[in-house]
Amino acid sequence: MKTYDMAELAVRNLRESILRNSLTTVGISVGVASLVAMLSLGIGLQQLAGRRLQKSGLFDTVVVTSRRDLRGFNREQEENGPAPAESPALNESARQQIAQLPNVVEAYPDIRFITELRYEDKPYLTMMAGLPFSAKNNDAFDGMQGSFFSSDTAPEVILQKSFAAQLLGKTPKAGSEEESVTDLAKPLLGKQLTMKYAERTATPATDIAAKKDTSSANSAETNNPGGSAYSVISRETTLKIVGVSDLDPDSMRGQARARVFMPLKLAQNLHVMQPSDLRDTTNMANSTPAYTTVEVHVKSPTQVQAVEDAIKKMGFNTFSIVDATRSLRQFFAVLDLFLGIFGSLALAVASIGIINTLVMAILERRREIGIMKAIGASDGDVKGLFFAEAGVMGIFGGFVGVALGWAIGRVINLGTNVYLKRQHFPPEQIWFVPWWLVLGAIAFAIVVSLLSGLYPASRAARLDPVQALRYE
Amino acid sequence: MPRAESSIAIHTENLCRHYRMGDTLIRAVDGISIQVVAGEFVALLGTSGSGKSSLLNLIAGLDRPTSGNVVVQKSDLAKLSREELAKYRLHTVGMVFQSFNLIPSMTLLENVELPLRFAEVDRDKRGGLARQALDRVGLSARLRHRPTELSGGEQQRASLARALINQPQFLLADEPTGNLDSQTGTEIMNFIREFNETLGMTIIMVTHERTLAERYANRMIFLADGKLVGDQSNVVSTNSAQMRGGRL
Repeated sequence: MKTYDMAELAVRNLRESILRNSLTTVGISVGVASLVAMLSLGIGLQQLAGRRLQKSGLFDTVVVTSRRDLRGFNREQEENGPAPAESPALNESARQQIAQLPNVVEAYPDIRFITELRYEDKPYLTMMAGLPFSAKNNDAFDGMQGSFFSSDTAPEVILQKSFAAQLLGKTPKAGSEEESVTDLAKPLLGKQLTMKYAERTATPATDIAAKKDTSSANSAETNNPGGSAYSVISRETTLKIVGVSDLDPDSMRGQARARVFMPLKLAQNLHVMQPSDLRDTTNMANSTPAYTTVEVHVKSPTQVQAVEDAIKKMGFNTFSIVDATRSLRQFFAVLDLFLGIFGSLALAVASIGIINTLVMAILERRREIGIMKAIGASDGDVKGLFFAEAGVMGIFGGFVGVALGWAIGRVINLGTNVYLKRQHFPPEQIWFVPWWLVLGAIAFAIVVSLLSGLYPASRAARLDPVQALRYE
Repeated sequence: MPRAESSIAIHTENLCRHYRMGDTLIRAVDGISIQVVAGEFVALLGTSGSGKSSLLNLIAGLDRPTSGNVVVQKSDLAKLSREELAKYRLHTVGMVFQSFNLIPSMTLLENVELPLRFAEVDRDKRGGLARQALDRVGLSARLRHRPTELSGGEQQRASLARALINQPQFLLADEPTGNLDSQTGTEIMNFIREFNETLGMTIIMVTHERTLAERYANRMIFLADGKLVGDQSNVVSTNSAQMRGGRL
């Protein structure tokens, strides 16, 4: 029999016992739906995590530290690389060199220091960090009130929510509802802060004596065998509050994380005395500053490894989140696998339903099979017919199932977003149905159905026509 | 009828079909050797359980012999594969049954068309052929009806149309009038005789009614307990017009 005829006959046979076959098809649909829903949630969550990490700028970032720092992130690197004393210093020229590596978007120093800020004549001590202008797109500023820095050198600051609360004397108590960022921002935006800081200026050796007289009482000076020195001068500057951020732009920093941010260029221009300056005495004489850390932005996460390797070759220590996300990706692979297994269980139950339906159909249609054989149907025709019936149920079940799974995913997504909204979080897409999943699920449903049809079909084909026709 | 001069269409030799039912061996067909000439109208007669239906099933290729041979048009059915046997049933023989055996979920047209599907005849040709066949048995007004909506006679006529659709040389009929009243039975028998006379089909008909056999068949083979007990030719009145109007 021709394939088209076979399919046509199969469809009309299925229509004959519409209720039973519909129920079987619904069984397949539910199986496919659970598979699609489970996997789309798994994929959605994975993408959400990926998106969050990507947007946070961590995926495409390489953190570079000097080996001289003796605080490498990676023990292995320290053992394999050049000895700390022979390794290069992480200074401005090294930064420029790194910035010129292929696929590097930018390389900027990490500047952070503890400083005293005065607000309404009350002093507050906090960690201040410089933010590059490119951080504007960072997801930490998603829920920010106010605006980002107007320029890379503007005397402006963005406050982290908790520091803003501190300035207003609204330190959240344990258990109580957190202040919303809108309420915190209203009284602060546009206000001035006074920052006290220590400026580091290079001093030629010959000028030391003169400097000694003119510099303020707070200044410190150091003699250097090379013949140069630097001074530390206490200074003050006023900064305007332009934004209050809800999330923490510096969340990966742990203990050293800053709560007030200023434009990076401004921070560099201020030449604030940094902890590393004391340590790295060999560089003190140079006017080129040395950095503890340089952050390198790479064009895409896939190029992170190559850039990391290039920087390592220059003799620096590197660290990137790509290393850390490997375990995250592994977690999601396992999660997807388990979700897929649960989804497939439903499909396995559905396939038993198909086998049952078709075996029942054989019993019921014994006579019909006998007639078909008597008038010339071959084993292959009968087998093909039952096989086609299973396949048609699979196709219908697959399509309906994907639609159902899609709907379930949507409902879960909607529910999650209602919940997120109640918790004052922005909505998120936690569910994603890629094309390959749609096609894969339909194909899977058909394959499972056909496999389920194998046994009933060959049983029908083996039926003895004389026996089948004998009993009425 | 001068058998030796005509070509032998069906030839069985020491044909046996034994079943095992529990501990007892049932010899449904037990060493039957017959020869049927092309164009003959043969009636297989016997009481129920005499093995006439089993013999018909062996000739129809629905069953395989335990031993012996059935040679139809020089091919030994016992040696054919399942696939070849299906082809044989499809093209060489047409069958009608006592209980009509139409598929209840299909219309008459679809029922008659079904063997054409198995024969992979083009879609656009099938409808016409099936209509023609149904027209021949006077059912052109019933194409879209399902078997259950028809009388027994109409159902049997439809199954005759189905048996003819692939233009087989043999028509095998198993008690074709068994479920019909005598008038409708005559109607059916007249169609069968017409196929025998005008189309030259070889007919083998199983029946337990001797009168029916005498009226239509030109040869009567008697079976009892699976064995051949008699084989005689029968002179039939060829005035079919008279028969058509008459009663059994």
